[in-house]
Amino acid sequence: MRIIKKTLIAFGMFWWNFLVGDTPELFLAVVAILGVVSIFQSGHSHVLMIVLPGLVLVALGASVSRAIRKR
Amino acid sequence: MIASLSTSSSVLVVAIFLATAVEMVEALTIVVAVGHTRGWRSALEGVAVALMALGALVGIFGPALLRIPINDLRVVVGSILLIFGMQWLRKAILRSSGFKAKHDEDAIFAATVASLTQVGKPQRDSLAFVTSFKGVFLEGLEVVITVLTLGASAHKIVLASWVASGTVLLVALVGVLVAKQLSSVPENAMKMTVGVLLVSYGTFWCGEGLGIHWTGADAALPMLALTYFVGTWVIIALARQSRKRVPA
Repeated sequence: MRIIKKTLIAFGMFWWNFLVGDTPELFLAVVAILGVVSIFQSGHSHVLMIVLPGLVLVALGASVSRAIRKR
Repeated sequence: MIASLSTSSSVLVVAIFLATAVEMVEALTIVVAVGHTRGWRSALEGVAVALMALGALVGIFGPALLRIPINDLRVVVGSILLIFGMQWLRKAILRSSGFKAKHDEDAIFAATVASLTQVGKPQRDSLAFVTSFKGVFLEGLEVVITVLTLGASAHKIVLASWVASGTVLLVALVGVLVAKQLSSVPENAMKMTVGVLLVSYGTFWCGEGLGIHWTGADAALPMLALTYFVGTWVIIALARQSRKRVPA
């Protein structure tokens, strides 16, 4: 039982560190971007084709700027 | 159709090749340091066991991933690739603009050698085995995740696995030939390219999974990659400018 618990905790920690780690803003940004895209998805493919990468670049720029400010 | 399939496959091959090469150069540095300091036998045993464990992970999770409905898989995998790719790009941008030190394989080699020489050497060297195993397994885990996510979403796990295995062999061969750590590899440029490709694939599959019909189907992938390359360079230029504005 203890081994299963330890394995599960280690598995959860691995994914937490892998996806969130020291850049929680990137994780939250991707969740928010996908939320926006899924809300406006129907019939707006042409707009979303430009908006989706645009939002990703804005999120990336904001994360870089946050890292620079922290230094 | 054939043209668009080959576009998708080419991007996948390049992404997996570069991601595997970057991670394996890091692993090779550790293995060479262990081999030089503690002897090659235990170091290579550690490598072999790590590679078998990584292969088993692909063998177990690869077929399981293919059973998930494709659109759900693409949203989940696309999200992981987006986050993972953005993390790589963020690091590469900070390194390129001088806000973060570049990855120094020489320093890693020296640090590994220093830590290993402090401990006495028994006949069966478990320290060499564990250090070598951990180096290859931990660096290889990122490769496994890239192979599984990219391969499963494109339904090309076999191709992805072959490319990754070939790259591991190539890096090992280069390591043997140069017989030293690969500090001259332009790691940051490779990392940036992998980041761009992962984010491009992530965007493409998230979009497809959520119902976006990309103009040109798979041909949209190179366009996305170009967009992200340009965007990355703009962010690097802005970061460099802000660095210049900071008084010394």
